Amino acid sequence: MTTPTTDRHADGATPAPDGDVLLSVEGLVKHFPIKGGFLRRGRTAVQAVDGVDFSVRRGETFSIVGESGCGKSTTARLVTRLLEPTGGTVRFDGQDITHLSEGRMRPLRRDIQMIFQDPYSSLNPRHTVGKIVGAPFRLQGVEPEGGRKQAVQDLLELVGLSPEHYNRYPHEFSGGQRQRIGIARTLALKPRLIVADEPVSALDVSIQAQVVNLLEDLQEELGLTYVMIAHDLSVVRHVSDRVAVMYLGKIVEVADRDDLYDRPHHPYTVAMLSAVPVPDTGRRQNRERIRLQGDVPSPINPPPACRFHTRCWKAQEVCRTEEPPLVPLGGPSHLVACHFPENVTPATPVSTPTPTA
Amino acid sequence: MGESGSGKSVSSMAVMGLHTSRSARISGSIRLDGQELVGAKQDDVRRLRGQKMAMIFQDPLSAMHPFYTVGNQIIEAYRIHNQVSKKAARAHAIDMLDRVGIPEPRSRIDAYPHQFSGGMRQRAMIAMALSCDPSLLIADEPTTALDVTVQAQILDLIRDLQQEFDSAVVIITHDLGVVAELADDIVVMYAGRGIEQGSAEAIFNAPEHPYTWGLLGSMPRFDRPPTERLLPIKGTPPSLIRVPSGCAFNPRCEFSDRVRGDACTTERPELLPAGSGTGAHVGHGAACHLPTAERQQVWAQEISPRLA
Ligand SMILES: Nc1ncnc2c1ncn2[C@@H]1O[C@H](COP(=O)(O)OP(=O)(O)OP(=O)(O)O)[C@@H](O)[C@H]1O
Ligand SMILES: Nc1ncnc2c1ncn2[C@@H]1O[C@H](COP(=O)(O)OP(=O)(O)OP(=O)(O)O)[C@@H](O)[C@H]1O
Ligand code: SF4
Ligand code: SF4
Ligand SMILES: [Mg+2]
Ligand SMILES: [Mg+2]
Repeated sequence: MTTPTTDRHADGATPAPDGDVLLSVEGLVKHFPIKGGFLRRGRTAVQAVDGVDFSVRRGETFSIVGESGCGKSTTARLVTRLLEPTGGTVRFDGQDITHLSEGRMRPLRRDIQMIFQDPYSSLNPRHTVGKIVGAPFRLQGVEPEGGRKQAVQDLLELVGLSPEHYNRYPHEFSGGQRQRIGIARTLALKPRLIVADEPVSALDVSIQAQVVNLLEDLQEELGLTYVMIAHDLSVVRHVSDRVAVMYLGKIVEVADRDDLYDRPHHPYTVAMLSAVPVPDTGRRQNRERIRLQGDVPSPINPPPACRFHTRCWKAQEVCRTEEPPLVPLGGPSHLVACHFPENVTPATPVSTPTPTA
Repeated sequence: MGESGSGKSVSSMAVMGLHTSRSARISGSIRLDGQELVGAKQDDVRRLRGQKMAMIFQDPLSAMHPFYTVGNQIIEAYRIHNQVSKKAARAHAIDMLDRVGIPEPRSRIDAYPHQFSGGMRQRAMIAMALSCDPSLLIADEPTTALDVTVQAQILDLIRDLQQEFDSAVVIITHDLGVVAELADDIVVMYAGRGIEQGSAEAIFNAPEHPYTWGLLGSMPRFDRPPTERLLPIKGTPPSLIRVPSGCAFNPRCEFSDRVRGDACTTERPELLPAGSGTGAHVGHGAACHLPTAERQQVWAQEISPRLA
């Protein structure tokens, strides 16, 4: 169904050859208008996502992290076209899908699937597991080889459930098993891209590991591409190839996993990583932790220029007046939006500002 | 620490005397500063609550009244236990808000809970809990709903206030990182019981219960190079209505076949002293039928290398 286009954008976030890119996003914007408009009537909006660029290569796991409310779920819902973008473009396999009608989107729904955080509310309690997992076949009018029941039972087996679970109801399953049911449904139409919004955070620690392993096995077996959203930075490091850090509706840093965790450039990334509690009793005393002051500003009225300047210990006048662009630093695949990045080799010409706070 | 439903909150609510005799039967013994709380008069326990012991919850909104200002709630809590004027109580509340890091406490004191962010509400609740200088603070998942940067602020705050007020802190969490950062001693719960306890060093570096091994293998380690695969515990946590007989962990345990006979399914293992190091206040103990020497050997030779 996809129309191959030669017109692929050479955006900075894509150092890989063009054909490798499955999903690309440019200048993505989503503003939620606020009803009633108590400040400037009619004109106010939550700037949930405000100019986001990234691209995801075939077969990789691309994760998005950042504070609560920074726009991760909104980005996920824009990319899967559950929300209508206010601006920007979303390309899937070269095809511009930004404003495709629901009808033209339908065939693509097979290729792009989403996994939700809550394994309880996303399954209809009155439907059997068989009906739930088989729903995509019905909705898309697909008749798999060997029949729907066989296909559903194969899927259940694929995610580590028993084919005998076919006639059972969701409440008979544990959280981890319900998440598996959701994943089985997601896989029914053999998607190519799975967008998973906090797929394990509602699960117990011992169960999280089961689902993480399952997602990794499926990726290998089926060649899936993942966009993963998670707030647990240890889980993100475990599963990701590349990681993007969002702050107040914008991406402030993108890099290969190890680059980001070993050499974070953006002060917010540095602070965030330094805050992760480490399960090592010996490290307690000698850890440097950056204490960020204050709270995340409101996305209704975000700070001008660099949105992090209200909490950044390196902020200078220029940070309040000029927005730092997301540009490569120290290599083509590590992008950061900051006037005074961290962890740069002394050779890099960056002025050493005096702290303001 | 322990999985969802293992009994962490129910235990701490028992300490605080928050179960009613209609909803729960409590047996055993809880002693606060030498005073027995199980069977004590409701009024006595209520007086101790707030004065000698206080609790903070995962969801601050559930502990705060939406229609009263943050300040009034702290003032109320303080005046129940202290005969002071409204003015003095207000000054105290401003001081408390200041100490937990609320900016401009003088003006913020008259805000309503919903006007605070999640992190600020958590701080305000801590201010309320600490307003009477309790000797015991129970924190039930105090940071689970918060971002890492805010979580770090709250953990630092609890640690600083603990030193300043010299209080004992019980922290309940399923986040092993949080445990390792804060705890001196740890109890690991499973299916309503403590199945291993000891100093933080013992639990992290020489654990002896198969469930504790499972927990450590289940989570990716932030402080080590990424491993190929996580090592999950098979199966799911049991329902507390039908707890498995014998050792409650037996349906999920990889090691039960190394125990002679059918003890794992017929006999509940007691929490007995375990071999390695002792904590400051509690000795190292584990509830498992495997002999201590064998557990130490399994940890050293089979488990520990897999986690590295
Ligand atoms: N339908 C909506 N109408 C108005 N505002 C919205 C809507 N959906 C999201 N928002 C706002 O947009 C911002 C981004 O929300 P989003 O859910 O994308 O955040 P998130 O990064 O997923 O956060 P979390 O980690 O808490 O899930 C928030 O300020 C949120 O309140
Ligand atoms: N008021 C109650 N009446 C009946 N059962 C209860 C009540 N409160 C808790 N339980 C049950 O007691 C068990 C222990 O619950 P508890 O809340 O202590 O778990 P927890 O370890 O705190 O879990 P979580 O990590 O999910 O908070 C659970 O099975 C729970 O369903
Ligand atoms: S641009 Fe300035 S304020 Fe923004 S993160 Fe960089 S140093 Fe901090
Ligand atoms: S008592 Fe048996 S089932 Fe329980 S943890 Fe020990 S070996 Fe495993
Ligand atoms: Mg979200
Ligand atoms: Mg609880």
